[in-house]
Amino acid sequence: MHKYSVFSLIKNAFSNHQNWEVAWKDPTPKSEYDVVIIGGGGHGLATAYYLAKEHNIRNVAIIEKGWIGGGNVGRNTTIIRSNFMYDANARFNEFGMDLWRNLSQELNFNVMFSPRGIINLAHSDAQMNAYARRGNSMRLNGIDAKLLDRDEVKKLIPMADFSDEVRFPIFGGLMQPSAGTARHDAVAWGYARQADDMGVDIIQHCEVTGFDVVNGKIKGIRTSRGDIKAKKVGLCVAGSTNILAEKLNMTLPIETHVLQACVSEPVKPLLDGVVTFGAGHFYISQSDKGEMVMGGDLDGYNSYAQRGNLPTIQHVLTGGLALFPFLSRLKMLRTWGGIMDMSMDGSPIIDKTHIEGLYLNCGWCYGGFKSTPVSGWTFAHTIAQDQVHELNSELRLNRFSTGHLLDEKGLGTKTWIG
Amino acid sequence: MLYIKCPYCGLRAQKEFSYGGDATVKRPNINEEVSSEDWDNFVYMRKSPRGKHIELWQHIAGCRQWIKVQRDTATHEIFQTAKVTEEIR
Repeated sequence: MHKYSVFSLIKNAFSNHQNWEVAWKDPTPKSEYDVVIIGGGGHGLATAYYLAKEHNIRNVAIIEKGWIGGGNVGRNTTIIRSNFMYDANARFNEFGMDLWRNLSQELNFNVMFSPRGIINLAHSDAQMNAYARRGNSMRLNGIDAKLLDRDEVKKLIPMADFSDEVRFPIFGGLMQPSAGTARHDAVAWGYARQADDMGVDIIQHCEVTGFDVVNGKIKGIRTSRGDIKAKKVGLCVAGSTNILAEKLNMTLPIETHVLQACVSEPVKPLLDGVVTFGAGHFYISQSDKGEMVMGGDLDGYNSYAQRGNLPTIQHVLTGGLALFPFLSRLKMLRTWGGIMDMSMDGSPIIDKTHIEGLYLNCGWCYGGFKSTPVSGWTFAHTIAQDQVHELNSELRLNRFSTGHLLDEKGLGTKTWIG
Repeated sequence: MLYIKCPYCGLRAQKEFSYGGDATVKRPNINEEVSSEDWDNFVYMRKSPRGKHIELWQHIAGCRQWIKVQRDTATHEIFQTAKVTEEIR
């Protein structure tokens, strides 16, 4: 594989960019693999990459029903952060932040990781206290956190509504300066290109129709392009987790819901980092192209439709307008939806299952994109070593029956309530 | 916008309702010994099918009654609604 560099860019300019080598191949599925990863999204691609790189397991296939990067990795709002209070979530995601910081160099692909910070706004004294507590917890785990007062917030986002008439005045906020955004498609493409180079077969337009389980042990999968034998199988299918679980006679603590996002027309640089509204569910950042990228609540009922409903967008943007009145002057460019694997405590699951050789990666709720590298890294470890890593030792499937929940947001079992 | 036919009030906009989740989940009987597994299944485990789904909604901005709705989770088509005491087949 040729390395991408400024020299390769100049060289290819002479042939009008017609002779770039393909970034990944389009192989025919082999009859047998050591590991099959189902789902060619960010997490699946990252898992295959780290299996090859960290564990030298290269006889690997990624089976994707659509095309790689066509699901949630291409549908999210690209936010990367590790501002968690609980130790397990903080450690896991801060390890991920370290992977993000070096990702462009590691993948030889510019993922445009841009750590410009995230501010969670507070609108009451109680919320400030809660953020002080969360910030202290973060700092104990080595994560940068700054508690901002109203004036400090005003310096960073002067365009927010600081007038006296607002229903939810800004009291301050909690900032993680090292958080940021990245180019989501580039993450999928970068992992795919490197995984392919190390011998991973990326098989697109291939739907899994069933599993071959004998005496509690996985033997292979059935697909729309024939049967494939596999020693180990990893599920990385986000919103389709329940569909595949049904084929395995498994019931999971997961519900599938649609989450919408939207972008405005592009405008000149206005907003530096990511800002979240503390009195409603609304978050916003500005893309490098200048679009305001916004998101908020789930539609709120079980859904497999990768499109949403207008009332939710209206509700989310009502919160947005309360915070940033200038948004009322912008035209909306587009809205879209992705289907989320909502776990019952709001935290993910990366674990073995009761079927030998079958591994599970799901439950990402609102925040799968930020965990793409660390999810792949820990899932690859779990598959290769047949045991969970310390980092995902609390992201087990059995935590629901043992009572060791990671209910970071305190939403109980109804994480789909906004 | 979904339009849901409340069995008490008639066809109303989705904004009048709030969602209550899977209606087929059965609570273990009160005052009987419950195994951890049964309790786990009741509280956390959900089928979340793609296709027909029987679910609870509350007509929160209307008659405030809980109702059952049979809806397709992929197309959002609503096939049937019923009072919470009635069965949907």
